[in-house]
This record gives sequence, C-alpha cells and structure tokens, in this order.
Amino acid sequence: MGENRYLVEMVNIHKWFAGVCALRGVNFAVGYGEIVGLVGDNGAGKSTLIKILSGFYPPDEGKIFFEGEEKRFSSPREARKLGIETIYQEAAMVPKMSIMRNIFMGRELLRFRMGPAGYLDIPRMEEESMMALQGVDLKLRSPHALVDELSGGQRQGVAIARAMYFKSKLVILDEPTNNLSVKESQRVLEFIRELKRQNISSIFISHNLYHVYPVADRIVILSHGEKIGDFRKEETSIEEITRLMVLP
Amino acid sequence: MARGLVSFFKRIILLREISSLVMLLAVVLVFFAISPLFLSWENVAVILEIIPELGIVALGVTMLMISGEFDLSVGSTFAFCPIIMTMFVVWGFSPLLSVIIALLIAMLLGALNGFITLFFGIPSFITTLGAMLIWRGAVLLITGGWPPPFPTEMYTGILVGRVGFLRASIFWYGAIAILLWFILERTDFGNWMFATGGNQVAARAMGIDTQRVKFINFMLCALLAGFAGLIQSFRLATTLPSMGTGLEMDAIAATVIGGTALSGGVGTVIGTVIGAFLIRVIDNGLVIIRAPSYWFRVFIGIAIILAVILNSFVRERAKKLRC
Repeated sequence: MGENRYLVEMVNIHKWFAGVCALRGVNFAVGYGEIVGLVGDNGAGKSTLIKILSGFYPPDEGKIFFEGEEKRFSSPREARKLGIETIYQEAAMVPKMSIMRNIFMGRELLRFRMGPAGYLDIPRMEEESMMALQGVDLKLRSPHALVDELSGGQRQGVAIARAMYFKSKLVILDEPTNNLSVKESQRVLEFIRELKRQNISSIFISHNLYHVYPVADRIVILSHGEKIGDFRKEETSIEEITRLMVLP
Repeated sequence: MARGLVSFFKRIILLREISSLVMLLAVVLVFFAISPLFLSWENVAVILEIIPELGIVALGVTMLMISGEFDLSVGSTFAFCPIIMTMFVVWGFSPLLSVIIALLIAMLLGALNGFITLFFGIPSFITTLGAMLIWRGAVLLITGGWPPPFPTEMYTGILVGRVGFLRASIFWYGAIAILLWFILERTDFGNWMFATGGNQVAARAMGIDTQRVKFINFMLCALLAGFAGLIQSFRLATTLPSMGTGLEMDAIAATVIGGTALSGGVGTVIGTVIGAFLIRVIDNGLVIIRAPSYWFRVFIGIAIILAVILNSFVRERAKKLRC
C-alpha cells in the first residue's frame, strides 16, 4: 500500500452523519492520467466521497494517500494546494465577474503587494487567461466578457482551463454535464479528454452513464455508501453497469 | 454604418453608470432651464460644499454592498462619532487625539456590526437596523438631546477650510473616491470583494476568506460614516444629536442609483459618486427654483426606481440587440 501506483488512494473510508452511515469502508483510487467515472444513484455517497477528497470534511475512519504519502486535509484550500481541484457546476464561477477575474479569483497575479492588498497585474492576467482558454481550445472573444454571457458548456471549459493553468494534478468534476444540451455535453467530454492528453487525472461524477462511459478509463459504482463495482472499461459494458446501479 | 451605430449605442447603454449619468444631466438641465441661477458659481460652490458628507457615507455603503452586506446604521455612526470627539476634547484630550479616538470608535462600531452578523449568521439588515436604533439612542442619552458646546480649540480647517471658492472636504471626498476605486478595480482585495458578493460559495471554494472580506468592509463603511460625520460637525461647528437622521436611506439611494446591486457582487465607485451628486442636486435645485421641499423625497423615490429599471430591464434588452 502507498507505493506509487496511484496518484490518489483512499482506503477504507467511513463517514457518518448524525448516526446515518453515508460511506462504509470504501476503497477508491485514481491512477496517473486516468479518467475515473464515479457513478451511482442519488444518495449513493458520491458527493460525500468527493467532499472528503476535496477537503470539505475529514473521514471518520480511513486513510488518504496522495502521491504515495498519507495526507490529512483540514480545508479545501489545503487540498487545492496539493493540486486537487474540484469543479462544482453551480459553485465554480461568479457570473457577474469577467472570465479573467474568475480564472484568477483567489490566486491573482500581482505586480507588488502593499500591506493587505496587492496591485493586480492586469495585462499579464489578460494574456495568461487567453492562453489558458486556448489550452482547452475555447475561443472567446475577450477575457473581459462576463461569465454570465457564456453557455453552461463554456463555463465548464473555463473552469477546466483554470484547473490546467494552475497545474492541478487531479480535477474532480461534479455532474459537469447536468442541464446541458447534447452538443454542449459533447464539448465538456472533449475538455475532459484534453485533461488526459496533458496527463492530468480526473474524476467524473455523474448519474448519466452514457456521458461517463465513452470517456472513462475505469468506472466505479457506489450504492448505499458501499462500492459495488470497479471495472476497467474493457472488462464491462453499459448494460452490466446499469444492472448494478439499479440493484436495490 | 447602421450596424456600427447600433453597436456604439449598445456599448454606451451597457455602461453601468450611464443611467445615473443621463438622469443627472437631465436634472441639471431642467433646473438650469427654470432658473439660470442654478449654475452660478455661488450655487455650484454650495452644492460642492454639501456633497462630500453624503458622498463619503455612500461610498462606504457601496463597498459593503458589493461584498454582499448592508449597513443601515451609518446615519447613527455619523452622529455618534462627532459626539465622541467632543466628549474627549471636553475631558482634556488634544483635538487631534480626540479625532483619532472618535474614528477608531466608529471603526469599532463597524467591527461590532460585522462580528454580530458573521458570527451569528444573521442578516446584516437586522444587525444594523438594531445598531441604528442603539447608537441613535446612545447619542440622545449622552447629550440629553442638547448639542454639547463645540470645542473652540478644534482646528477645522483641515477638513472644511476654504480653498478658493471650495472647501477642503471636496478634496477629501475626491481622494477617498480615487483610493476606493483603486482598491476595488485594481487590487486582489477588490477582486475578492466582487467574488464574495457575487457568489460566496464559489469564492470560498477558491480559498477566499469571505468572512474577513466582509468584516473589513463593515469597518470601512463605519469609518467613512464617522469621518463624514466629523466633516459635517466641523462645517456647522456644532454636534447636533439629530445629525444624519435618514442619511442611511439617502446613502443606499445614491448607491442603488449608481448601479450597485442590492444583492451584491456588482457596483462601481463612479456610479455612487454620480448617485450622490444626483441626490444633492435635486435637493439644492428644488430650493433654487423655490419648489416646496416636500418634493425632494418624491423625486428621489422616482430616481431610484427609474435607475434600477434602466439598469436591469433596459440593459437586458440592449444585450439582445444584434451587432
């Protein structure tokens, strides 16, 4: 255990909420440059598992290894520092702010600091944000356009570009294709493939198996807080996974 | 050609400050048409003399509102700060030290608003409504309803001394506006303010300490309200316990007219400056054209509603224009 086969490895994770068991003994791992699809019905424990991994709360039992070393995160900030970037659809962006300001939110590029505030290096942020967007092949006319004016798929693209720009090692996407049109969903899947091309690992959470299956290297199925399946894509089929997902 | 015109028109309409600017120009023109006296040097000087007091308070309210919180207690802080200053002078402290202590206490009132709101997780509307009543009450209790004698040894020139036909206060106002514009638009702290007010969950997820951002702005808002209170008491050479009554409404009006969103995350310094000018120009213009001053509230009410309609409804329409 802990040898460097996996980028991240979660071992025997338990979590209770007010006496209700949300996760019982889940083992979950993501390899280098691997896309792992995490599927399961509502309430299966997907988001609990992910919130533990992104530092929102600690597990009640179990260990987390990152790059072979045991880690304990006490905040999302710490997880982010290690290179774990979580993208929640609703909580990823500030709609009334520009694309540039969103990309650098909380990690602004500065010319210099003066006490509590730092002087923004706006020309560099403009340049770098356009470069970051080109990294995911997203063509937007100006870094100053409001995120409000972008489509749902484009927003996911900006969030993924941001994760790439800041050299994340693991990108967690929480229901990235929810409420998107078919065409937009395809674009988001393309963004996820781009992550893999850059050897960045990702976890793709969805209850839509038809979105996860085409891009994932491996699919993990949760049900009632337990892992009930963990397959390489070659070893399984959509039918088999669907059957497992709907088991009572 | 026509297309270029539409595009130009759209760009203008999408400027956040444009509706307040158009209203200000319209109001100025109407008053000037009725009474040319309105734009005489003497009257312009009068307007510039009274503007900083509302204007500075409104800037603080704007900064806090962009971060997603309210302060209804600015009017009471406005009165409380000069009273404290006077008390300390009466107790034998030097005027300068008294001013500094009074400003620190104003900041403390803001810190208290911030602490109660953020620690207990209650709406700042409630916290500062309570604070508004408490500190107004405290002012009346301290003074017994009578203005304490204004300290004669106080050097008032630094805040309200004459500079040509202007007063120093307008330069303080300008300097504060430029400083706040810089913080908001050109520093990382300004970016955190927009993010905190615009989507607190996202801001926090990106590692921004949203509580700290709000707390600092509560203090800033109260500090500016107290400072504006000092300017007024210096100008009038008195500390009336009723100073600043209703000022919170004018300050919020100036902020909203200037395009700041009540829900936070959106707003500009220049918009609020225009908003404050609009309110004071209406105030003064009605006197100049000898209309009953009761019209003041009516016009401010119309201006608020009109500004928000222009800012939301018309903008949305303009965005959809093809060009």
